[in-house]
Amino acid sequence: MPSALSAVFFIGFHGIAFAMVLYLISVGLSVTMGMMGFVNLAHGVFAMAGGYVMTRLMNQQGAPLPLALAAATVVVAVASLPIERVLYRRLYGGDELDQVLLTMGLVFMSGAAAQYLCGPLQQPLRLPPGLNGGVRLGFGEVPAYDALLIVCGAGLVTGLWLGIERSRFGAKIRAAVDNLRMAQSLGIDTSRLFSLTFALGSGLAALGGGLGASLITITPGYALDNLVYFLIVVAIGGLGNIRGPFLAALLVGIADSACKYWIPQFGAFFIYAMTMAILLWRPRGLFGRA
Amino acid sequence: MARKFLGSTAAALAAAALAVSPAKLVAQTVKIGIINSYSGFAAQPADQMRKGIDLYVKEHEKDLPAGVKIELVKRDDTAKPDVGKRLAQELIARDQVNLLAGVILSPVAAAVAPLTAEAKVPLVDTNAAGAAIPRLSPYLVRVSFTLWQEGYPIGKWAAQQGWKTAYTAVSDFIPGHDAEAAFIKGFTDGGGKIVGSDRFPPTNPDFTPFIQRVKDARPDVAFLWVPAGQQATAIMKAAKNLGLHEAGINITSTQDLLPDEELPNMGDIALGLVTSGNYSADAKRPANAAFLAGWKSAYGHKAIPDFFSVDGWDGMAMIFDLIKATKGNFSADQAMAFFKIWKTPDSPRGPIAIDPATRDIVQNIYIRRVEKIDGKLADVEIQTIPMVKDPWKELNPPK
Amino acid sequence: MAPPRAVRPRLSGAASPGAPHAAAIDAFAHRHRLRGYEAAPWLAALAAYFLFPGYLPLVAQILATILFALSADLVLGYAGIVTLGQAAFFGAGAYTAGILAAHGWGEPITGLLAAAVAAAAIGFLSGLVILRSTGLALLMQTLVVAALLRETANKASAITGGDDGLQGMQVWPIFGRFEFGLFGRTAFFYCLAVLFLCWLALRRLVHSPFGRSLTGTRENVGRMHAIGAPVMRRRLTAYTISAAFAGISGALIAQTASFVGLDSLGLERSGTVLIMLIIGGVGRLYGAFIGVPLYMIAQDRFSSIDPVYWFFWIGLLMVLLVTFARGGILGLVDRLRSWGGGLR
Repeated sequence: MPSALSAVFFIGFHGIAFAMVLYLISVGLSVTMGMMGFVNLAHGVFAMAGGYVMTRLMNQQGAPLPLALAAATVVVAVASLPIERVLYRRLYGGDELDQVLLTMGLVFMSGAAAQYLCGPLQQPLRLPPGLNGGVRLGFGEVPAYDALLIVCGAGLVTGLWLGIERSRFGAKIRAAVDNLRMAQSLGIDTSRLFSLTFALGSGLAALGGGLGASLITITPGYALDNLVYFLIVVAIGGLGNIRGPFLAALLVGIADSACKYWIPQFGAFFIYAMTMAILLWRPRGLFGRA
Repeated sequence: MARKFLGSTAAALAAAALAVSPAKLVAQTVKIGIINSYSGFAAQPADQMRKGIDLYVKEHEKDLPAGVKIELVKRDDTAKPDVGKRLAQELIARDQVNLLAGVILSPVAAAVAPLTAEAKVPLVDTNAAGAAIPRLSPYLVRVSFTLWQEGYPIGKWAAQQGWKTAYTAVSDFIPGHDAEAAFIKGFTDGGGKIVGSDRFPPTNPDFTPFIQRVKDARPDVAFLWVPAGQQATAIMKAAKNLGLHEAGINITSTQDLLPDEELPNMGDIALGLVTSGNYSADAKRPANAAFLAGWKSAYGHKAIPDFFSVDGWDGMAMIFDLIKATKGNFSADQAMAFFKIWKTPDSPRGPIAIDPATRDIVQNIYIRRVEKIDGKLADVEIQTIPMVKDPWKELNPPK
Repeated sequence: MAPPRAVRPRLSGAASPGAPHAAAIDAFAHRHRLRGYEAAPWLAALAAYFLFPGYLPLVAQILATILFALSADLVLGYAGIVTLGQAAFFGAGAYTAGILAAHGWGEPITGLLAAAVAAAAIGFLSGLVILRSTGLALLMQTLVVAALLRETANKASAITGGDDGLQGMQVWPIFGRFEFGLFGRTAFFYCLAVLFLCWLALRRLVHSPFGRSLTGTRENVGRMHAIGAPVMRRRLTAYTISAAFAGISGALIAQTASFVGLDSLGLERSGTVLIMLIIGGVGRLYGAFIGVPLYMIAQDRFSSIDPVYWFFWIGLLMVLLVTFARGGILGLVDRLRSWGGGLR
């Protein structure tokens, strides 16, 4: 039996890798929910689309992983723009239930379309040989892909945070989330901001979906099956900010791995109970605004 | 005027007379209600089963006796038992089917079973593998498999390889529990020792921590079980990423871990995997060669059937044999009497038969290993255990 | 989270512009009175009995699901609690009735009452814990409650049958005379009668002072606090009553199918009833009567034409509905009526 230390190391490592994927997918949802007040239950569709585009490019065109990933991100981000403009925009500030109906309709349609185009099985992910299998690190052997996820994730997260903190675009986003009317009165073109933010969020989701395809497999039911995980991350993290979901994703990722390792039969109980406890303690999420 | 009236009255009376005893019509259509789970998580098995059924009908329609036609009424139970039961009610009462066939999920079969007894309409179960299902109604016959039928032999086989310790990790719902119990019994009967048994939540994107647990226990052999379809590749990937094989742990399962359609997707991580099953697409027998040829010509040369397809195929074969023997004219009891003693040597999976005592399938179980042949992955049969009856029923006789 | 939802125009037309003041007050004061068109759903159900005798099992399930949607409407449309966990109460009721029937007590009506009590208890206890929250947090809590219940049911498979479902249910004939048969006639009348009685009660509730105070808590919580109305107590009461009705609908489905599966506690069950209600129109009590049959009949028809891809078409329908018919079908009806009124 391994030492407790190596078990903890493994759980921490894998948990952080999983957290990276969850964060990349969920951060867009948190920002758009906080900024536009829009309940976007179809957010997982963008992650799924990213996964499908990436695997298709890799399997059918033989594209290398980084290229396929970048292409998937861009394609989904660009494709999300007309969807936002035509379908989402008319429901901003409106009835949340209409938003639920629209986004659930999109989830159904995209799942059926995915099944029609790509079949009901999950998409095969043929990784370059170096990424299959394990690598010796620190206290034990960990999956090589986990290591890649952590490195890429860290880089992307840093880039994102610097971008939001330092750039004008980021400043506009923060202003609009804080106080939309004030931002408008300052002359910020909020409808363009919404579009760009939406595209950014969807692109990040696609990136997360593609990067995480090894952990969260790409199937037609992806958007619906994993919706609860994404919502938990956003709810615990708090709406309209980019740090809260990171902490929440770490919490969920590590707790999930820990439960699966130590109490596999009761893992689901624990995650749900934890969610409920945190939300009772901090209803707005860990970093939410009062 | 009077003639028209008499004519139409005569026609009405004739129709009424015919309607009174539908089972005794001379030239007719045999209606079969197919209940399948096209939407939901069981979509892939449902698709394979549908293709198997459709292919058999297409190829053998010409074999039907003169004047007898067959009509399939297909319905989607959306993986919900109460919907499945309602569909069965409608098929029986409204569409007046002569037979029911299909059913992917055991809960749906369990919900439909009482109806078959009440209405006396036989159900040919072409998948639902819950061990006790044929006992739920005297009008139920199963042509697919049970998890005990497959799990027990692989457990025994594993012990025979000289592997002393085993670890089981299965999906936490009843089919998983069945597979786990069957493997454990087979392995311990063969003299082995179980060092751990895990059950993980059924819907689950990421298997890595579960596999790490298995790896940390360092057993000689690991029995991993998930429902066939999407999860199989995910769990094998986790096994590969954690280097289970390199750590000296052999991996076994039933065929659910390795449906033939998924084998090319899995890639080299499946090499060396040993499973037990009732069918593999790479089996070398003439009936299978003919089956594959028909399959590829109907569904494209890249299409691969798996055990769901063959189970659907054989279900239709049994029904067609009934129709041929009775010229399409049978009562429910006659049908069941025929089904109970049905057998054929010519299934793509080899010889199969129904056990009259249990109305369950008796078939060869093959131990198969994944090997690379001509650069392609193939599931090669390395051992055959002939005509296996369902062990669970033998261990649990009816009270 | 979002700005408060607009007050919906009442079906009585009290909000039409330019109506005389006195007539508006009169209409408002008498909106609890039964109106002619309110007989329509019941006539339609009876017509279905004669016109579609082969579809009675489907109609019975539709009637039971309408009750489920009504319970969701009470909590969502009137109390303003957005919930993704209504299946918790549905499933609690279903399993209560089911377990009783499987262990020797198959009397349907007492089974219904037991289901109502069990579901209400779960509603009350969970409501105590979670109803202080609002917005996304509350939504997640409702989801978590249902998910926890489902996990428990899966683990307790010795009692619930687990994934295989609860088997061996023996439901006795109603009043000792009417057996649940193959054609679904008894099931049809049973569901119709129960739905009618529950609907009467619900309608009474909604038009009572309690019901109107619920609308207050939905529209402007701050104001309600300011006038000293016990908001939390009102919400909890509404939540518990809604749970009871959901439990009854679960028991109806369980008894007419003689089977209960884990899907009765699942997220899909909660989500679908929400969708059906939104399609019909929320907060109007009749949205359920429109949305549920529309969705379930569409599903039945589509999936026999194209079993594999019916989700696509229903999704498209939902998107089109939201884009062109905001507020559900009843909202569309309202707009057509006021449009017609404006043309005059």
